[in-house]
Amino acid sequence: MNKGLRLALNILIAVGVIYAILLIGPVASFDIPIIAGEIAKNPLQLVQYLIIGVANGAIFALIALGYTLVYGIIELINFAHGDVFMVGVFASLTVLSLTGTLNTTNPVHIILGLVLALILAIVICAVLNAAVERLAYRRLRNAPRLAPLISAIGMSFIIENIGLIWAGQSWLVPSFGTSGGAAQKNFPDLLGTMFTSLNLNQNLFTSSGIHLRITITGLIVIVLAGVFMLGLRFFIQSTTLGKAMRATAQNRDAAKMMGIDIDTVITATFLIGGGLAGAAGLMAGLYNNTAWWFMGFRAGLFAFTAAVLGGIGNIEGAMAGGFLIGIIASFSDGYLDARWTEGWVFAILVLILMFRPTGLFGEQVGEKA
Amino acid sequence: MLELKEVHTYYGNIHALKGISLRVEKGEIVTLIGSNGAGKSTTLRTIQGINRPRSGTVLLEGTALETLPPHEIARRGVAQSPEGRLIFPRMTVLENLEMGAYTRKDKTGIKDDLERVFTLFPRLKERIGQKGGTLSGGEQQMLAMARALMARPRILLLDEPSMGLSPILVELIFDTIVTINKEGTTILLVEQNALMALSIANRGYVIQTGEIILTDTAPNLKNNEMVRKSYLGIE
Ligand SMILES: Nc1ncnc2c1ncn2[C@@H]1O[C@H](COP(=O)(O)OP(=O)(O)OP(=O)(O)O)[C@@H](O)[C@H]1O
Ligand SMILES: [Mg+2]
Repeated sequence: MNKGLRLALNILIAVGVIYAILLIGPVASFDIPIIAGEIAKNPLQLVQYLIIGVANGAIFALIALGYTLVYGIIELINFAHGDVFMVGVFASLTVLSLTGTLNTTNPVHIILGLVLALILAIVICAVLNAAVERLAYRRLRNAPRLAPLISAIGMSFIIENIGLIWAGQSWLVPSFGTSGGAAQKNFPDLLGTMFTSLNLNQNLFTSSGIHLRITITGLIVIVLAGVFMLGLRFFIQSTTLGKAMRATAQNRDAAKMMGIDIDTVITATFLIGGGLAGAAGLMAGLYNNTAWWFMGFRAGLFAFTAAVLGGIGNIEGAMAGGFLIGIIASFSDGYLDARWTEGWVFAILVLILMFRPTGLFGEQVGEKA
Repeated sequence: MLELKEVHTYYGNIHALKGISLRVEKGEIVTLIGSNGAGKSTTLRTIQGINRPRSGTVLLEGTALETLPPHEIARRGVAQSPEGRLIFPRMTVLENLEMGAYTRKDKTGIKDDLERVFTLFPRLKERIGQKGGTLSGGEQQMLAMARALMARPRILLLDEPSMGLSPILVELIFDTIVTINKEGTTILLVEQNALMALSIANRGYVIQTGEIILTDTAPNLKNNEMVRKSYLGIE
């Protein structure tokens, strides 16, 4: 393991030990007989939690890719990445608001609004992420490891405060619906609205009494995330730039010797990671129906844990880790207590870093060169 | 074609190259010999722009390279098979070779060169889909050289291409170097195996603790008292 990861690890372990003490509460709430009884009584509920977990997991996976891609190339943990995702949520909401999409039931209007929001969220987050690299990381590339890490945390604070100001601009992000307070904005489920206005049932499957509801929004989120992941895989495997990214990640000096412009590759990596976070932002808004300035912290923690779980730097691992964390979080929300979910995820992160820092799937093969 | 003038390179405070001057003419094989830590690899890395000289200049057909980023230097026709081989471990043999041709746009030329390196190293063709990191040491050495050739460089820098190879493979590699050179590639060859290097080179330089201490034609160096004693192990 290299120095960068070890340093991050030590910081996290220190925080983690404190956190572990705080975790005595949730561990106590982990009452297996009660949970088992609940599952036996209502097995469909388990399926419901699983579906919610997969949909949220798809979103975490997209964000996790941004951590893993960047780490693979420059061995830096981009702590501002979760906040870039938050900007994706706000950018989407703003585009939908300014195009009047929030107040329409016209399906064509909704579709066009959503497509525009998706494109702009991707572009804005891609550019933001690349700008963060240019501004805060590039000139520290040869500095001691701690320097870019601190710089990353600083960027995280800056973007969170941009989010805070953004959330206060009601002409950009209107309080919508009933629960839209000052800090937390409601993000309407436009896909559900659209289906209802087409006289279609937005619930693909419902069963009353027992809680099972599969929504069109959940399905679209999962499918869209899958498309992005396959697209990324294809890009990395088969395009010239994708291959240059892999080469740079595997041996930077050799990549330079091949004539690869490292700066271009790094910028491309941040653009792609940011773009995926932007797409995830729109999906998360539509699926979870909230937007608030601090949401990047939670999403970032979950996605980073997913990336570490899958072996940081490992693209398929980040995808798998995303789904796994999504499902774990959903089960914790459902069967334990939503207030402890962050604690559980953090505990997983610390345990993985302590006992299996290369991730669940182990060392990547072929390092002997 | 390639000329270094008074090049000084440092690693932090370590003064690795203390004013290296050398030249390689078009079509030549020039060898740089010296013992461990003399600065041979550093010289090649400095030419390639991976390390920056603190002073001095590196000229490729009159163009100064020392201020250009490494990828620009590669674009101008400098390729190398580096010390430690540095192949891409999780890319296949074919992908490694494609990366060698990264700066080129001529699809048919690349295809021809692929055939050419497969003719030079049939073993690589057998292993075309295998991950670079799982190749044997000798196969990796062939791959590193083949990858450099895929750039169709104007000047090829070879850093100890015989390192860790069996005698038969060493023979093959040296034959290949001569073949490549006959086909028109200029070569700067760094070798521990000074006898072999001097037997195929036109001229040679002897480097010691960052300084060139001797230069002559290869046959003369082979007969030089000091070279025989220190680098050929012959009394
Ligand atoms: N990354 C580095 N950091 C610090 N010093 C270095 C570094 N690389 C090389 N050196 C030092 O620079 C000097 C020249 O090293 P170089 O690798 O060029 O030697 P070499 O002639 O290629 O030796 P060998 O035959 O063992 O490969 C040595 O004293 C070495 O210790
Ligand atoms: Mg060397």
